Amino acid sequence: MDGLSRAHSSLGGRIQPDRVHGSLYTDPDLFEWEMENIWHRVWVYVGHESEVAKPNDFIVKTIGRQPVIMTRDRDGKVHLLLNRCTHRGNQVCSADKGNSRSFTCPYHSWTFANDGRLMGYAFADGYEGKDKSQLGLGRVPRVATHKGFVFGSFAEEGPTLEEHLGGAIETIDRLVRTSPEGEVEITAGFLKHRTKANWKFVLENECDGYHPAFVHQSIFNVAESGIGSLYGAESTAVTRDYGNGHTEVDLRPEFRRIGQPLGWFGTNPARLPDYVSKMRAAYGEEKANEIMIDGTPHVMIFPNLFIAEIQIFVIQPIAVDEVVQHSTALQFKGAPDLNRRMRQQTMGSVGPAGLLLADDTEMYERNQRGIAVRRPEWVFLGRGTHRERRDADGFRIGHSTDEVPSRGIWRHYQGLMEAAP
Amino acid sequence: MSVPSDRAALMWDVQQFVFREARLQDDHEYAAWDELWTDDGVYWIPANTADGTEVDPEREMSILYDNRSRIRLRVKQLLTGRRHTQEPKSQLRRIIGNIEILSVDEPDVRVGANSIIFESSIRDDTTWAARNEYVLRYGEDGLRMAYKKVTLANNNRAIFTLSFLV
Ligand code: FES
Ligand SMILES: [Fe+2]
Repeated sequence: MDGLSRAHSSLGGRIQPDRVHGSLYTDPDLFEWEMENIWHRVWVYVGHESEVAKPNDFIVKTIGRQPVIMTRDRDGKVHLLLNRCTHRGNQVCSADKGNSRSFTCPYHSWTFANDGRLMGYAFADGYEGKDKSQLGLGRVPRVATHKGFVFGSFAEEGPTLEEHLGGAIETIDRLVRTSPEGEVEITAGFLKHRTKANWKFVLENECDGYHPAFVHQSIFNVAESGIGSLYGAESTAVTRDYGNGHTEVDLRPEFRRIGQPLGWFGTNPARLPDYVSKMRAAYGEEKANEIMIDGTPHVMIFPNLFIAEIQIFVIQPIAVDEVVQHSTALQFKGAPDLNRRMRQQTMGSVGPAGLLLADDTEMYERNQRGIAVRRPEWVFLGRGTHRERRDADGFRIGHSTDEVPSRGIWRHYQGLMEAAP
Repeated sequence: MSVPSDRAALMWDVQQFVFREARLQDDHEYAAWDELWTDDGVYWIPANTADGTEVDPEREMSILYDNRSRIRLRVKQLLTGRRHTQEPKSQLRRIIGNIEILSVDEPDVRVGANSIIFESSIRDDTTWAARNEYVLRYGEDGLRMAYKKVTLANNNRAIFTLSFLV
């Protein structure tokens, strides 16, 4: 660990139970420290196995600011390799994705296999007696997968992915059941939305149930959407803090109260007959109905994977005041009619022109500018502390509009940042 | 009205239409812009195609892929005055150039053009560049727009919010 992180190894009281200091969103040194203590340490979502479906497929992703090539070798194994030549540091891969057994560095033509091994040098006589096996591409030390979601951690050791996901692992299991084959696919390509705001504004907003009634009022009104009432004062939905920074708006209480299969998706069984019959065949009538009433989760997996019912977002920090939101429709294996609707609704909602997300993003950017104002110095996160309680599993929950998620994120953040490097 | 047989007259109609559309967009004349569309209009801003990659909008994400009813919904949202990302509105000036008649298939005219848009918003000033493709259709009251595809030169990279009419 370098001098920078030691110099800042205290948050100096900037995180308190119901308020945090505005400088946490604007301090550039803190951002560098977050890279080390969070992004280069914890399990970070990288991509989905279905994005490298075939042998020799690859796609370039990131962990924090580190470019990572996710490859599938010819035997089917997934690798996370760093996009940096081991000779003199050139970028090895300049494509966004593709299919290739190897990567040849354009500078002096060193060639690496898609499992990271150095296969050969140009004019090899200049390397007599050198050990090729020591010159393979850098790799993310730990790689683990849950239900096809691939995570990487730069820490050589630490909690397992299962331990990191903790109680939130159930939300991913809940997600994949919406497929009659129990599998999600990420095949629709990503929109990339550049945003002049600190990544934590995005992280906190994903499970902020307080803003939709105001930020999204324009679209709720003209689309006559039922989503608005899920986040109203009367809603029975709950916010949840799973620990480890993972948070959720659990809409199931509302969906169960309404009791309409596919109501969560704004439709009904008559409109998606193929899907419904496949679900009943796969799970049995009763279980299928239960799944179709509950719907998919609205969960923010710390620090960068937001599963938002019909789509996912991946948060990529760029600088203290810049983040890229990557978004795409979820696709459920064996559900083409459902998937079509998923894509249409996602395309309408998210990305730079999205009827929903362009307004969220406007809020992130205004928040970034507002937070830099000198007085007051604090962000007040006390909404619903008086009614915060524990659910049957012991997780903190609150009203759908309460700031349980933000408080949970900051509690975990503090632990990570204050941990010894 | 049918497609004029005189090429200069056709070009005149096309230019006047395209320039008018550009002005309505720059001036946030949403309702008038909405009326330019035919009932089967398709408005498409693809993503991830600027490097030559082909993307099927029916299977993959686009920045925007609106059928006629979604075009109307988008306009209605802007008209609420609560589309936060456009309140205050982007201040816009655009140039549409390199207009070419690509083909004529009565009553449709396929048109290509380039556009450069200067946007000044409360975030910052941004310049956009795009290739536009239109299908303009002659009908009772002159030309309407049946199709507009806007290929941003940077649509495969991370781009800022694009909430004005492009
Ligand atoms: S830097 Fe890659 S081969 Fe020289
Ligand atoms: Fe939102």
